[in-house]
Amino acid sequence: MGDGAGIPDSLNLSMNEDARETLRETIDEIYRVESRRVLATLIRLLGDFDLAEEALHEAFTTALEQWAHEGVPKNPRAWLVSVGRFKAIDNIRRRVRFDSSLAQIANELGPNTEDPFEVDDEDIEDERLRLIFTCCHPALSPDAQIALTLRTVCGLTTEEIAHAFLTPPPTIAQRIVRAKSKIRDAKIPYEVPSHTELPDRLDTVLHVIYLVFNEGYSASFGESLTRHDLSSEAIRLGRLLIELLPEPEAIGLLALMLLQESRRAARISPTGELILLNEQDRSLWDHAQISEGLSLIQQALVSRRFGPYTIQAAIAAVHARASTADATDWRQIVALYDILNQADPSPIIELNRAVAVAMCDGPAAGLELIEAILTRGDLKDYHFIHSAHADLCRRLGKIAEARASYERALQLSQQKSEREFLERRLREL
Amino acid sequence: MKYLCLVYFEPKALTVLSEAEKIAFDNESLAYDEELQRSGHFIAAEALDSVKSAVTVRVRNGKISTTDGPFAETKEQLGGFILIESRDLNDAIQIAAKIPLARFGSIEVRPIWELERK
Repeated sequence: MGDGAGIPDSLNLSMNEDARETLRETIDEIYRVESRRVLATLIRLLGDFDLAEEALHEAFTTALEQWAHEGVPKNPRAWLVSVGRFKAIDNIRRRVRFDSSLAQIANELGPNTEDPFEVDDEDIEDERLRLIFTCCHPALSPDAQIALTLRTVCGLTTEEIAHAFLTPPPTIAQRIVRAKSKIRDAKIPYEVPSHTELPDRLDTVLHVIYLVFNEGYSASFGESLTRHDLSSEAIRLGRLLIELLPEPEAIGLLALMLLQESRRAARISPTGELILLNEQDRSLWDHAQISEGLSLIQQALVSRRFGPYTIQAAIAAVHARASTADATDWRQIVALYDILNQADPSPIIELNRAVAVAMCDGPAAGLELIEAILTRGDLKDYHFIHSAHADLCRRLGKIAEARASYERALQLSQQKSEREFLERRLREL
Repeated sequence: MKYLCLVYFEPKALTVLSEAEKIAFDNESLAYDEELQRSGHFIAAEALDSVKSAVTVRVRNGKISTTDGPFAETKEQLGGFILIESRDLNDAIQIAAKIPLARFGSIEVRPIWELERK
């Protein structure tokens, strides 16, 4: 089974059509809202991802049959956990006869006496945070972290993940299988890291979420429109994370994603070309996302324990607050890049700072900084530094240099919409 | 669960240390073994002599072949190991991170596969 996302189709009961349809909808809704939480608890109870997925599936199959006769229980989540556990133990007991390696699991699970209909535990601990930290364990490769998180925490099917990442489904399936084996074989524990480990481990989780977001954000125009679902999925994950663990950097990351996402409709022309920030129609920006992003940044900043994601969000916020491109407070953006470069030094940040400097002190000042980065030998194969260099040369009337740099950028750029943008600039020179 | 912490480092990395620093570093490494013994994590630990003194042995078609040195040419070389007993991988990672040589080289943490006679 393993990949059986969704609930079974067989409703072989003596109910009338309407009642059956209503129950079906109720169970669909419960699956949507509760299945990840039930799964997270079952993984802890059963100590195994595959057994838990199978148990989840069986619990929903049983619900379809039993709730038709007995009605929906008072606490469906607790009912599902309890039935899932009951079914899993039953299965394991049966299989121990054929597979002795299950004997230890069977012993650890103890007697199967609990009656699921007696369960009335309103507050079973929410174990999705354990699930998130286990799926994003640094002992797994980033590809595996992403696939396992989307599959297990978000409940996407293997096919959906494969489609979004333009990867064949068997490749994704294999990543998930290998990740689960590693969790089992290396004994990666199902736990929220201790206080001392938390900052490093949270970084990995945030990194996974941001990778998912960017995969959807940077590739959302052109050929594959469905990929932007990844950005919404990343935002959903970000919301879940701060609900479970309201750490300032997690809040900062959610703010950053919302502020970037708010510009989605303005980033692409009707013909599919990329539109730069200063040329975007700001009335197309999503103001609900902007105001949510801005208030989250405030929350992160007052904590005084924020990091690079919050600072990047603060930079995005300066743009979001400007009603026109000319009204942008570039001085403040330069200052924020200075803070960011202290927190997390990188030539990419220096490049972005140089572009901001060009906006407040003129193209010559920016060009000097960009040429210093290139002279040092950094970023020489990064298309954006060449297109930024070209742009400043163009504004200074250095047409030959601008042409050379646009051409270099074009050689390095892979993405259709970006290439079209660079070609357009070359023609306009 | 048992884990083998394989300690890799570039032999050159330690040449930056003065004689006194080398002695202090060796003592720190020995002290860490003792600390692991007290905490109940320790099973065995050894440092290895230079790869220059190593041979690689294979048996193919019943014939023993012996060659000079380690199989792979890498800058970082296996320099020692600590075999530990720990609760799980997170526990093992915490222990590995405190091995003094982790500051110069890298520690590969490998779960032990228990062979069973069937």
